[in-house]
Amino acid sequence: MLASSSISTLRRQLVAGEITSRDIVLDLAAAAESRNSDLGAYLSWDVESALAEADKADLSRPLGGIPIAIKDNINVTGQPCTCGSKILSENYRSPYDASAIRSLRVGGAIPFGRLNMDEFAMGSSTENSALGVTRNPRDLERVPGGSSGGSAAAVAGNLAVAALGSDTGGSIRQPAALCGCVGMKPTYGRVSRFGLVAFASSLDQIGPVTKTVGDAALLLNHLCGHDPRDSTSLKVDVPDFTASLGRDIKGLRIGLPKEYDISGIHTGVSARTKAAIAQLESLGAIVEEISLPHTELGVATYYVLAPAEASANLARFDGVRYGHRSAAAGDLMEHYQLSREEGFGPEVKRRILLGTYVLSSGYYDAYYIRAQKARTLIRNDFTEAFKKVDVIVSPTSPTPAHKLGELKDNPLAAYLEDVFTIPVNLAGLPGISLPCGDVEVDGKALPVGLQIIGKALDEATVLQVAHAYEQARG
Amino acid sequence: MAAEHQIDIHHVATLARLALTEEESVHYGSQLAGILNYIDTLTRYDLGEVEPTAHAMPVYDVLRADVATPGFTQEEALSNAPKRFADQIQIPKVIE
Repeated sequence: MLASSSISTLRRQLVAGEITSRDIVLDLAAAAESRNSDLGAYLSWDVESALAEADKADLSRPLGGIPIAIKDNINVTGQPCTCGSKILSENYRSPYDASAIRSLRVGGAIPFGRLNMDEFAMGSSTENSALGVTRNPRDLERVPGGSSGGSAAAVAGNLAVAALGSDTGGSIRQPAALCGCVGMKPTYGRVSRFGLVAFASSLDQIGPVTKTVGDAALLLNHLCGHDPRDSTSLKVDVPDFTASLGRDIKGLRIGLPKEYDISGIHTGVSARTKAAIAQLESLGAIVEEISLPHTELGVATYYVLAPAEASANLARFDGVRYGHRSAAAGDLMEHYQLSREEGFGPEVKRRILLGTYVLSSGYYDAYYIRAQKARTLIRNDFTEAFKKVDVIVSPTSPTPAHKLGELKDNPLAAYLEDVFTIPVNLAGLPGISLPCGDVEVDGKALPVGLQIIGKALDEATVLQVAHAYEQARG
Repeated sequence: MAAEHQIDIHHVATLARLALTEEESVHYGSQLAGILNYIDTLTRYDLGEVEPTAHAMPVYDVLRADVATPGFTQEEALSNAPKRFADQIQIPKVIE
């Protein structure tokens, strides 16, 4: 089955003439046809357009002929872009390609399929999608994580070779951890957000979900780079991220934040993480304890800033230019209120209300400005820590995948699941999650993810450490 | 502690342009109070002298050359409009 192969394996076979790009697309379509009803990773896929592109694929390019599945909040010309929401599910078709899609096309890749997600990327289980349930490939009774749950379930469940996701508070890394694949959030500003439907603009970043660390490096080579259409895009050189793979990690300094040893962390997750750290040590890395003293402010800070930005960003869904328009509205105010009330789901409404509240007159300083100040402290913690160490290692998620519905009526408990991933977004740093073994829960082997956090713009070292661990673990 | 946060949920919903049902208002009102109670963690620290951070990797004064570039055609721009009339987007009447 070609869908279970890595990009680099498929590229070798393509270049050797053993397979064609058409073979891969047909294999993915067959896999999706037979198993997507169980997994629910894809919301839709368009075989004809992918085959048309496969037949003219330029195999001389680094990603030539490789289909990449796309989270349903990244625009691809002519395709749906529902964001997992009823408000965009009726008839929206993207009139343009996101810059990340353009970059993939320049590399020779082919966008294939639209992946399920928590509505507008708000959630950690994909249960907030208004358009369908996505299940964890390891245990169909469990969530795949989120918000890029479709991306991780598709890659880990071999319905996709690789995928794009977006990460605002852990939305690439956490589902990758829960499904057992690799997910990377690059430094804020590395990848253009043009054409990514905005959730929290100061935190959102597009990144790859892949089967191997090598594939993540390969995709980053194409995704990264300055884009004048995203004013937060950084004008910095993009190294060849595959070049650091295979370098040993002798003498490299790894920090373990003492504040991440929280109560509530699953014992199996803790054990797998410790075993991974021991393995890194056996490869010659120097492990030392560090302190990130303001860790406890992370989740609270995030749940002020992200909803505040979301409430502003989602104001564009007003039923005027695109998306759902209420049939019941009389005047313009009703038109706005009813179109949004009918189109948005519960978690999106909750966050819009929270964001509107913290930005409203009388509360702006108490919440929004205070959270921005807390963000400074969190960022400074990392700056100080990175004077002593090269990377920071932690679990990606404190627990393995929950059962579907387990956290349904407890939004705060669900928010606290993001405790290890959120600070990385607040500080704008690169972070990867990769599999570090399984834990046995109710007779099922559930994956555990190891998070490696790097200095700003130092994806190369993150990938180097991740690759060394991946190779040693075998 | 949750009782400390008395949110005028109807006012917030109006600002957010959401026509919440009465049931939703009660439900979200109590959930928001619980979340704000947690967010009060931020008040445990003295943040008075700390500079706020808006972006982790700030980039200032991004300008582009004042040159026209190709954009959407009229048809592309209107292609997702819920209601059209004579190549324009139609909305409810706003002027009496």
